[in-house]
Amino acid sequence: MNRNILSKWFDNIFWVLGFIATLIGLATLIVLILDVLADGVGRLGWQFLTSYPSRRPESAGILSAWIGTIWIMALTTLLSIPLGIMAAVYLEEYSRKNWLTNLIEINIANLAGVPSIIYGLLGLGLFVRAMSLERSLISGAATLAILVLPIVILSTREALRAIPFSIREASYALGATKWQTIRHQVLPAALPGIMTGVILSMSRAVGETAPLIMIGALTYVAFLPASPISSEFPFISIQGLFDPFTVLPIQIFNWVSRPQKGFFADAAAGIIVLLIITFMMNAIAVWMRHKYQKKIRW
Amino acid sequence: MAFKVKDVNAFYGEKQALKGVSFEIPAKSVTAIIGPSGCGKSTFIRCLNRMNDLVPMFSITGEILYNGTNIYSKGIDVTELRRRIGMVFQKPNPFPKSIYENAAYGLRIQGVNKRNILDKVVEGSLRKAALWDEVKDRLNSSALALSGGQQQRLCIARAIATEPEVILFDEPCSALDPIATAKIEDQITALKQYYTVVIVTHNMQQAARVSEYTGFFMMGELVEFDITRKIFTAPSNKLTEDYITGRFG
Repeated sequence: MNRNILSKWFDNIFWVLGFIATLIGLATLIVLILDVLADGVGRLGWQFLTSYPSRRPESAGILSAWIGTIWIMALTTLLSIPLGIMAAVYLEEYSRKNWLTNLIEINIANLAGVPSIIYGLLGLGLFVRAMSLERSLISGAATLAILVLPIVILSTREALRAIPFSIREASYALGATKWQTIRHQVLPAALPGIMTGVILSMSRAVGETAPLIMIGALTYVAFLPASPISSEFPFISIQGLFDPFTVLPIQIFNWVSRPQKGFFADAAAGIIVLLIITFMMNAIAVWMRHKYQKKIRW
Repeated sequence: MAFKVKDVNAFYGEKQALKGVSFEIPAKSVTAIIGPSGCGKSTFIRCLNRMNDLVPMFSITGEILYNGTNIYSKGIDVTELRRRIGMVFQKPNPFPKSIYENAAYGLRIQGVNKRNILDKVVEGSLRKAALWDEVKDRLNSSALALSGGQQQRLCIARAIATEPEVILFDEPCSALDPIATAKIEDQITALKQYYTVVIVTHNMQQAARVSEYTGFFMMGELVEFDITRKIFTAPSNKLTEDYITGRFG
């Protein structure tokens, strides 16, 4: 009897502790967001989105920063997704399980936890210096692509592993080759899982600052990279890839470190834009997971 | 004779799953493989279309001749072999695609994409599997929405769409209710006029109902192989008799 009351009491204590822990996390987040909103919401507007940075806080804007962010996102996606998915398919479906693949696997898992500044150093040494790509969009995107590659590989493998063996068996039994089985059954079935991982890794890339500062992204950029669409044949230009750039987190970082009060509002407004982008990407990931989970039941 | 099995030994790593199995499986008839759990009957049927190749550490010795050719000899195209020897599995495993695409998959991977050919084959195989009338109005809806028994008949349709010569059934009814089981058994009996059928089952009544020949496996060995009627009425081996009379297993 006594024992029973005691365990009930413990039960209640843990309920309260758990509730408080959740509350602390949630409350901090809400306070932060409210604080940023209060500071920055007044600066948001068309002028803010369409102006270059300026030394007068009231006429400064994030045009070069958000365009740079979109460039970087697009290039990082183009570089990391095909590489990541192919590597994952190889490791999961083709490679023989031996000490070498084990070593590769452990290393990929470890790489996912390496601090991002280290990737910045790598990018500086490899892309900026050794490959002479300078402080360009392509250097930044390549660095971020390497940064998110382990995450893409890990989440893709996870998605591939979730496809039951019975589906592969059914395909092989009909005389399908390995590649046909992967191409027609495994990859389509794993696609929602892969996409979720991809979007989450992209939303990590969008917020990265340190590696881009490391490779020398500029903090004051009053021009845009050359447009990818050109008026002359072949109507596509890669000139922009080699232009200097900045991105939202760097622009924010720059404004926060200024002494003038007005730049604080600019920084807060920049943070709101960045938050909206990340929230939107995460929302898409959640929505996709939810939508396809309902459709596919094994 | 469709298959001639000669002294087959099969191993998962160190563990021996089949021991010196030799017998012949006649063409255009139903052959049942029965035996207690773990006796090697599933291992055996998966040797016939080389599905065991997918199992790491699996190895096999001896010969399995199909129409006179050893299917384990070098230079055998396994995908080609599996196109001629279809298989239906224990648990219904339709692809997470439409009913139509499930039935058409075998042809699509052979490069057949002409709509009128696919339409004809899909309808023909669904009819043969006695599923057409139930699904003809919703061919484009997901196969996963079908009931278990319908899914299994779809798997049969999928297997016969490529016009194989042999169909292997690996305990096809163990996940189904009695009514669905009866429908599948009707299918199997109907299929034997076109195909050689081999069925693994742990259900002895099922073996007695659908098959003409029965092989009894125990501990990886073929104990007895004979006409089904003889196995069930006058088995020549004491172990067989004990098993079919329910004294063990």
